[in-house]
Amino acid sequence: MPESKVGTAQCEYPKQPTSLPPMPAPTCSSCHAARAALRRPRSGQALCGSCFCTAFEAEVLHTVIAGCLLPPGAVVAVGASGGKDSTVLAHVLRELAPRLDITLHLVAVDEGIGGYRDAALEAVSSQAARWELPLTIVAYADLFGGWTMDAVARSTAGSGRSRSCCTFCGVLRRRALEEGARLVGATHIVTGHNADDMAETVLMNFLRGDAGRLARGGVLGSAGEGCALPRCRPLQFASQKEVVLYAHFRRLRYFSEECVYAPEAFRGHARDLLKRLEAARPSAVLDLVHSAERLALAPAARPPPPGTCTRCGALASHALCQACALLDGLNRGLPRLAIGKGRRMLQAEPPLPGNSSQATSDPAAPQGPCTCEQSRDGATLCKEGGDRAGATCVLQSDVSPSE
Amino acid sequence: MAAPLCVEVEFGGGAELLFDGVKKHQVTLPEQEGPWDIRNLLVWIKKNLLKERPELFIQGESVRPGILVLINDADWELLGELDYQLQDQDSILFISTLHGG
Repeated sequence: MPESKVGTAQCEYPKQPTSLPPMPAPTCSSCHAARAALRRPRSGQALCGSCFCTAFEAEVLHTVIAGCLLPPGAVVAVGASGGKDSTVLAHVLRELAPRLDITLHLVAVDEGIGGYRDAALEAVSSQAARWELPLTIVAYADLFGGWTMDAVARSTAGSGRSRSCCTFCGVLRRRALEEGARLVGATHIVTGHNADDMAETVLMNFLRGDAGRLARGGVLGSAGEGCALPRCRPLQFASQKEVVLYAHFRRLRYFSEECVYAPEAFRGHARDLLKRLEAARPSAVLDLVHSAERLALAPAARPPPPGTCTRCGALASHALCQACALLDGLNRGLPRLAIGKGRRMLQAEPPLPGNSSQATSDPAAPQGPCTCEQSRDGATLCKEGGDRAGATCVLQSDVSPSE
Repeated sequence: MAAPLCVEVEFGGGAELLFDGVKKHQVTLPEQEGPWDIRNLLVWIKKNLLKERPELFIQGESVRPGILVLINDADWELLGELDYQLQDQDSILFISTLHGG
């Protein structure tokens, strides 16, 4: 319902004619018929809404084909959150599916965040119905012994300067998406990460001293070593602005609220920095992504080839994969145990049953060696780990870049 | 000297949360000495429509980076950004891009 609001400022001046002509918008340089609606940042080309959408879809198609990301016959699990990126991703892939000869399944993850995720899942459900695509929802509570994100947040509250629950969510969501993809028999996983997301991740990895993740986590996607499904990000060269404009011109409806925990996530700092950089130098976003692609690690910095988790069999750089290590920490009431300190303590212990959120944290937990990148000898605590409040050291990821 | 103008101001992508959740606003801008352009429209919006946390919408004399501005369905970059002079019945849409997707 339109609202009528009337301005309240009042001026008393004699009327004089003003007739400045409206600034003309250029004509679309593709169809030469319609008025241009935007200018592409990279080419400077002025396009109307319709021609822009066509160009956007053609670029995504090129990204997929040039990178051999989704071969004919692929069964593709689309990580669907109801948000702008996964909405655009699903819509574009649905348009391209006949040409690529792929089938699509939407997979949505329910992290158990009250007041946020339930609303977003309604958006995904209505999208699935509108697009006539199958939808599978996987819940943390089912997969991880009752640990919802709200429970994790309660368990990690007060254990540091900034809340680490987002670190857990990044790891667990990737595992959940993998499980959902297996449930639907997918051969590939796609997510809607755009160029801005990729650039933020590059910045975050630099800022955390995580060279291994930087070198491993970029480019078009992980090939899926061992038993992990191959993942890719068809929108990764699309700027966030163009994703939003595509959704606008195609009249796509999406869920646009921020996760209740997002203000406390480290990514926000990277995002602010990136926005300021972009204002000064618009190409900075894509340039960051391309720089990371071209990085090569010094031999001493290269991580060992990954093995498998002794508990669940997933790809892992240590005896326990990151998801099992984090869940172990939660179940022992020591949520920071797997973040930077004492991880080796976990590896020899048998698993604890279920959700023991009643367990209290043990401030006298023994300090173990830090096994992150900054402490290669495995004996010295990195300065981000240890028992300092606000310790933010995060271990190497298993396969793909984490939060 | 600008005559009163009727324009439609719309908010999307989550920006509407700063405006009581109301997406579309039919606005009558009063007579004033100079022309109505986006620059002084933003001042007017901050004073008359914005309900909370102005720093999430406005930065300096422009919009916060990450908020897209479409004038009659065209990117304001094509039309002079803050200097675009408003016409009667124009439609100005502000879309926030600052949330997860």
